[in-house]
This record gives sequence, C-alpha cells and structure tokens, in this order.
Amino acid sequence: MLNQIHKFNTKVFNPDVERKSIRIGFGEGLLQAGIENQNVVGLCADLVESVKMNIFADKFPERFIEVGVAEQNMAGVASGMASMGKIPFMASYAIFNPGRNWEQIRTNICYNNQPVKIIGSHGGINVGPDGGSHQCLEDIALMRVLPNMVVISPADAIEAKKATIASAKTKHPTYIRLDRNDKNKAVLITTEETPFEIGKAQIVFIPEQGLAQVGIIATGPLLYQALLAGYELDKKGFKVKVMNLSTIKPLDTEAVISLAKETKAIITVEDHQVSGGMGSAVAECLAQNYPVPIEFIGVKDKYGQSGTEMELIKYYGLDTNDIIEAVEKIFKRKTG
Amino acid sequence: METISDEKIKELEIKANNIRKSIVEMLYLAGSGHTAGALGMADIFTYLYFGVLKHQPENPFWLERDRVILSNGHINPVLYATMAHSGYFPIDELKTLRKFGSRLQGHPHREFLPMLETSSGPLGEGLSQAVGMAIASKMENGIDKKFYCFIGDGELDEGANYEALMLASKMRLNNLILIVDRNNIQIDGSTEIVMPLGDLVSKFESFNWHVDQINGHDFREINHAIYNAKIEEHKPSVIIAKTIPSRGVREWEGNYKWHGKVPNKEEYEIAMKELEILVKK
Repeated sequence: MLNQIHKFNTKVFNPDVERKSIRIGFGEGLLQAGIENQNVVGLCADLVESVKMNIFADKFPERFIEVGVAEQNMAGVASGMASMGKIPFMASYAIFNPGRNWEQIRTNICYNNQPVKIIGSHGGINVGPDGGSHQCLEDIALMRVLPNMVVISPADAIEAKKATIASAKTKHPTYIRLDRNDKNKAVLITTEETPFEIGKAQIVFIPEQGLAQVGIIATGPLLYQALLAGYELDKKGFKVKVMNLSTIKPLDTEAVISLAKETKAIITVEDHQVSGGMGSAVAECLAQNYPVPIEFIGVKDKYGQSGTEMELIKYYGLDTNDIIEAVEKIFKRKTG
Repeated sequence: METISDEKIKELEIKANNIRKSIVEMLYLAGSGHTAGALGMADIFTYLYFGVLKHQPENPFWLERDRVILSNGHINPVLYATMAHSGYFPIDELKTLRKFGSRLQGHPHREFLPMLETSSGPLGEGLSQAVGMAIASKMENGIDKKFYCFIGDGELDEGANYEALMLASKMRLNNLILIVDRNNIQIDGSTEIVMPLGDLVSKFESFNWHVDQINGHDFREINHAIYNAKIEEHKPSVIIAKTIPSRGVREWEGNYKWHGKVPNKEEYEIAMKELEILVKK
C-alpha cells in the first residue's frame, strides 16, 4: 500500500490516474524560481520549446539567452554568468548537455564550484522514436562522478517542479534529468503536499503490515513501473518496499542502508546504463556499509533504438514484469 | 588614455622586465611549466595591470573591478607575477609555484586562489566564460566594467571559441576585449604548420568583431588598441597582439621548444643576467 505519510497520489494505481509531462514540471518550476529570485537566468541551445524553457523565456525575455546549437559554449557562458552572481539554468537534451559539454561542465562549472543548474531533457530509452542517438543512457554516470555536483532525477512533473525550485536556492552545481514521454506522459505519483528535499529518499510503497522482504529502489519515471510491480507482488504475497531515490547524489545513505537492513535484498530500477548509474551508487554504498544481494534493472551495455516508449522499456528489460522477475530471483538468492 | 608619455613607457618597461625576472625565477624553481608564452605576454600584462585596469589589489573582490580572464592557463606565471608585483600577494610567494599546498597551482585553480576570476588550463574555454560575465554585467545596467580575456593563438584550434565569438557579436558585447597572443607557436611547432590559422584579422572581422592588430611589445600600440577597444560602442573587440615567444631572453626568443620547458641552472643564470641589463638600461 502507499506510504501515505508522504501524501502520495491515491489514484496512482487507477487506470485514470493523472499524467503530466515532466518537462512542463521543470518549465513551471523555473518560472516560479525566476519569480522568487531575479538572479535566476535561463540559457538554451535551440530547444526552447522542447525543454519547456519558453515558459520562463516568455515571462522574462531579458533574462533568457538563446545560445544557438552550441552546448559547449553554453556551459562556459553559464559559468561566467554564475561568477557574476547569476543562477543560470542551462537546458538541452541530455545527450548534448551534459553529454557534448562534459569537460566544460567539469572545469568551468564544477572545478570552479559555480551554482549552474544543468537541465538534461530526453534522458533514457523513453525518448522513443528518435532512436538510440538521442536516448541518453550515460548522463547520470557522467554527472555523479564530478566532485561538487548534485544529481537529481525526478519521478514526475510535480517533483521536477519542486526539484527545480529547490535547486535554485542552493549554491551547488546541480544536474536535473528530465524524460521525454510525450505521448504517454509520466504518471503523477507525488502530490503538491508531498514533501521534497534534495538528498532525501522517500519510501513510496510499504507492506500492509510487518517488515518488507525485498526493497526496490527506483529513480525517475520508472518509479511508476516499480510501484506497479510492488502492487502485483503484494497481491502475490511478497512483502516489498519501493523507494523513490530522486536525488542520486548526495546519496541518502541512511535511507538506503536502512532499507537494506530491513529487507536484506535490493533491486535498483533506472532508465540508464546499469554501469555507473543510480544502481552503481547504491551498490557502492551497500558494499561498504551493509552488503546484501542486489539485482540491477537498467540498460545492460547496449544502445537504444526507435520504438514506442513501452516497446523499448519491454525490450530492454525495464518494465513491471522484469522488476517482478528480479524480485523473485533475488528472493531465491536471499533464501537459497 | 588616448596617448602615453615617454616617462610612463619607461616605467612600464622596467616593470615588465622585473615581472619577466620573476617569471624566469619561479619557473626555474618549479622545475616545470611554460616559459615562452609567459615571457611573451609580460608587456601586455604589465600595461593592463599598471596602465588601464580598474582594480584594487588590496580589495580583490571589489565588485566594480574589471575582470581578467586567462583562457590559456598554462601561461599563468605571467598572471601570478603581475598580480604579485601589483600587490595582490607577496612577491616571495611566487617561489611556491607548482608546489604541494601552494595557492599558485600549475594551472590556475580558483579554489586555491579565490581572487582569480576563473580556473583554466583546458584550452578553448575562457572566452565563453568571459562572454557569460560580460552578458551578466550588461543585464545589471550598472557600473561599466570591462572584461579582458587572454587567449593563445594555438588555442584558436578549439572549435568552441567560434561558438563564443558568434554569441559575443550577437549580444553586442562592447564591454568585452579579447587579446590574442599571436606568437605563432604551439606545442607541436608553428601554428601555421600544426593547424594553419591564416588571416586572423579577416576571420574575426567576419564574426563582426572590432579588430586591431598590434606589436604586442610596443606600449604605444598596446595603449592605442586598448583605448580604441574601450570606446567601441557596438561590438566586442579583439586585439591580435603579435608577440615574440620568450621575449626578453635572446637565446630563447622565437623557439617553440620553450613553449613547455623551463630553464636549468645555467640557462636560468644567463637569462637573469640578461634581464637585469634590460632593467638597468
């Protein structure tokens, strides 16, 4: 059942659950951050509408810079603006930002510790028909390896809005990953009342009673698949907990270790390469603090291809059934 | 200033040679680093810090200061030496260059020396940052600050510079002054052999920049070019400063091998003697 201490969307398991684009959540968040602080500025590399920065740019045209298709320059410009007291949000598709401009982000932004907010849209296989070239499956690894960087992968539009507003209030360079899911917009799992704090994980799903036997840790919109798996497993008699780990760095080690101690078995779920992603961060933490068996749901050393979001999620082993199978497998590893 | 007096030029020449001596000494003591570019840019750095820059060395974070952005971070001995001679920190500290725990890292690192405007070393990135600073300053509508960005000519091989050139002219950044060290050398040899840059004047003009090409060791020409750049009303300015690598030490002048090497004891002593004579002249 939903862990209603955090006031999640009670309709999340209903077929008519509300859906909303995560990118619009970001756009609304940036507008709000811009209203709250006049130092907030926006930069974009020729994808203003696609990444929904138009919501901010229309309201504050004098605080918006269109840099053209030039992501490397955008990172340097944002760093320079930050050094003059601005809080720049720079947005493009994740494959270009932070993919193309990684070294500028490292040296100009992180090495200088400037409070630039990097918005990578179209993260993950869910990008769909555009194909493998545009499905960024490496961005979490690229960003979490950088000292000073904060990495957030919101699960839905409401969380994306809150993460955007919260990131504008910190001095840290921050990466926020957005997905595309245009047609099949992301399910609203959280509500306006759900608390959000950078660096804090939340348990979204819990057993009706007693301790959980398996812990599922998900990041980004695949949290919904993890919840559906939890719901099915619950019916089958497995006691599971599902965690929303939207901040991947700094990792909420206390929450992760606590879940491992309770369940002695962890599944990680992400729309990203298994190598270097959120699951790796969890594994690094548990290997050092409380080693338990882990199964990794993610893309396994492959590039994507064209298809619908659901076709690709199924093909690459990221859907509800894959998560259920992983839980059954790890249950055997744990008890066998 | 529109013109510069002979007395001022004499003063700057002496200052520049003292800075050169510091550069040679610090590189000799460091045992590694980049000599040619640092010596070649000593005159322009001297002119900037002692002739035109709006700054307060005793108050390095003064908000109204002009900004100096060093893109070609490997020539940082000239930046450190000029800053020390201006009073930002003790000249003696120059001896710590590249040593463990020093504020004077091998390439500029703002975390160690926060009075730097940025960290640099990886090439082709300073101009973008200077453009960002100049844009932010224009948004403020406040005190008119100038943004001086130094870049090496070999560094112009990096494509991201051209992204920044376009944005600067689009945004009409007349508060931005780019100074290119046109010394025609890079690590692997002559710039015109490694990757021919050709006619830089027309390249920059085609990006709609105000362009000046000068002798980077002639204080009159430096003064004139910076004066013109400062009064430019619509465009960003670039000053292509033709310099002689390792300027000041005759044996080393023009030789690309000095780009990334430092003097041994014997070479150090010869160079210091030669620079001493120039100071006394």
